[in-house]
Amino acid sequence: MKQTWIVFKRELGGYFATPVAYVFLVVYLILSGVFTWYIGGFYERDQADLQTFFLYHPWLYLALIPALSMRMWAEERRSGTIELLLTLPIEMAHAVVGKFLAAWCFVGVALALTTTEWLTVNYLGEPDNGIIVAGYVGSMLMAGGFLAIGSCISALTKNQVIAFVITVVACLGFILSGFPAVLDMFQWAPEFLIEATRSFSFLTHFAAITRGVIDARDLVFFTSLIVFFLYINAVFVDLKKAD
Amino acid sequence: MIEIRNLTKKFGPFTAVDDISFTVEQGEVLGFLGPNGAGKSTTMKMLTGFLAPTHGTAIVCGHDVRTEPRAVKANIGYLPEGAPLYPDMTPLSLLRFVAEIRGYSGTRRNQRIDEVVALVHLESVLHQRIETLSKGFKRRVGLAQAILHDPEVLILDEPTDGLDPNQKHDVRALIKQMAPGKVIVLSTHILEEVEQVCTRAIIIAEGRLCFDGTPEEFRSESRHHHAVSLTVKTETAPDAAQALESLESVATVEVLPSANGTSSFMLFPRENASLVRDVNRFVHDKGWELEHLHVEQGRLDDVFREITQGAASTV
Repeated sequence: MKQTWIVFKRELGGYFATPVAYVFLVVYLILSGVFTWYIGGFYERDQADLQTFFLYHPWLYLALIPALSMRMWAEERRSGTIELLLTLPIEMAHAVVGKFLAAWCFVGVALALTTTEWLTVNYLGEPDNGIIVAGYVGSMLMAGGFLAIGSCISALTKNQVIAFVITVVACLGFILSGFPAVLDMFQWAPEFLIEATRSFSFLTHFAAITRGVIDARDLVFFTSLIVFFLYINAVFVDLKKAD
Repeated sequence: MIEIRNLTKKFGPFTAVDDISFTVEQGEVLGFLGPNGAGKSTTMKMLTGFLAPTHGTAIVCGHDVRTEPRAVKANIGYLPEGAPLYPDMTPLSLLRFVAEIRGYSGTRRNQRIDEVVALVHLESVLHQRIETLSKGFKRRVGLAQAILHDPEVLILDEPTDGLDPNQKHDVRALIKQMAPGKVIVLSTHILEEVEQVCTRAIIIAEGRLCFDGTPEEFRSESRHHHAVSLTVKTETAPDAAQALESLESVATVEVLPSANGTSSFMLFPRENASLVRDVNRFVHDKGWELEHLHVEQGRLDDVFREITQGAASTV
């Protein structure tokens, strides 16, 4: 636990030691503002809620989370610091979880900076703040899912660009699997397969949470997905560390 | 302190380390020699718990690296090859990170960092980002993190590689200073380094151990060990080669290229012969004009090539 915390601190500090963190935060805030107020048509909808804000989060994360996760292990392996890290008296789980939590916390910082939009809706009208809180929880969980996938893929390559591209494709798969257009393509398939595909969609679970209902099924989905990918992540690091 | 038992590592069909066994005791500085790709780094990586052995194991301070890797890691200070460090951190933040992972906190942590920083002279760059530091400073940061917890076992993979002669000297001095009371294993390409720093040398080639002994023993493997090189004025010694060959203590005479008007020879001794005394008396008796007389210590490069290529040709 303590070792995880120390790794976490170093990793989080690492984000802010480079311009990466600031570029990420600025781009995230600008894009989420643009999506909410312009593309999402906040004013035209004439409703005091943040539906348009959360609606675009999966797409925002699709572009930005892989950029954050691509360096997590790829860079350690490329520069050889993985040897420094893994010959310290820590377990693999400390390193994997510490790194993941730092990245997740960083997304949390980005998300926290959007509370200005929350305040704005409260100034303009009387939104249902419970739904908004649920939206934030859902957004965090979805970000965690993307990050766990990205961290796992980052362990497979020394090349950050490859890690980025593959993570985008993998995450896109998890988003699209809930799209009606995609599910229609599986018309021929037995019902349970369509249901299974749908149940793996981030979109389905995220949409359920942003409606204001934090269902245990959605929580279990995201947490088990994170745990699963972090476990695979540790296995990959162990397999690939010597290359 | 370190006991390596039948250590083997295979990468697919390739055997990087092949059934190596040896032990290292406290106070020893073990020089690990071998050509590139011989398995030096792989052995060190297994010893430090970074790689799992395919067969065999290593016992470090009573802990088996296969079953208690964390205890092994806690007892070892390790400088990986090329001294990889986080480029975005400063030496201070890196040392703090390592110190905390190694269980130091608060004033004890700061105290220990101060001691190590003074030992490797890092004061001037403590707050600079590591990526902006020179190679010499980076290596010192790497050493600092390795000795931070005053480990009983220190494993250094090519600690002087890529450093200038002054920096090499500093690192060697530091290693010597730390040697008493510790086990130090270091790998190197520089044969002279083994003589200067190590109490024992191990050579591996093709993953197998092919020499284990003191640096002096290593040198005495050389054909040139205790050979005498001799240069005389040719006009005073017309038939020097034949005359020298007649000497009882001389096994063979080799004619060396020499400057105009002089003749040079390399004289190889018979077993247990005190060649230099005999040669000296001989030259004196014959009235040859001596230009140069030197007792060879043995050529490390030759021994190294002989041992490692000998091992390669048996495969």
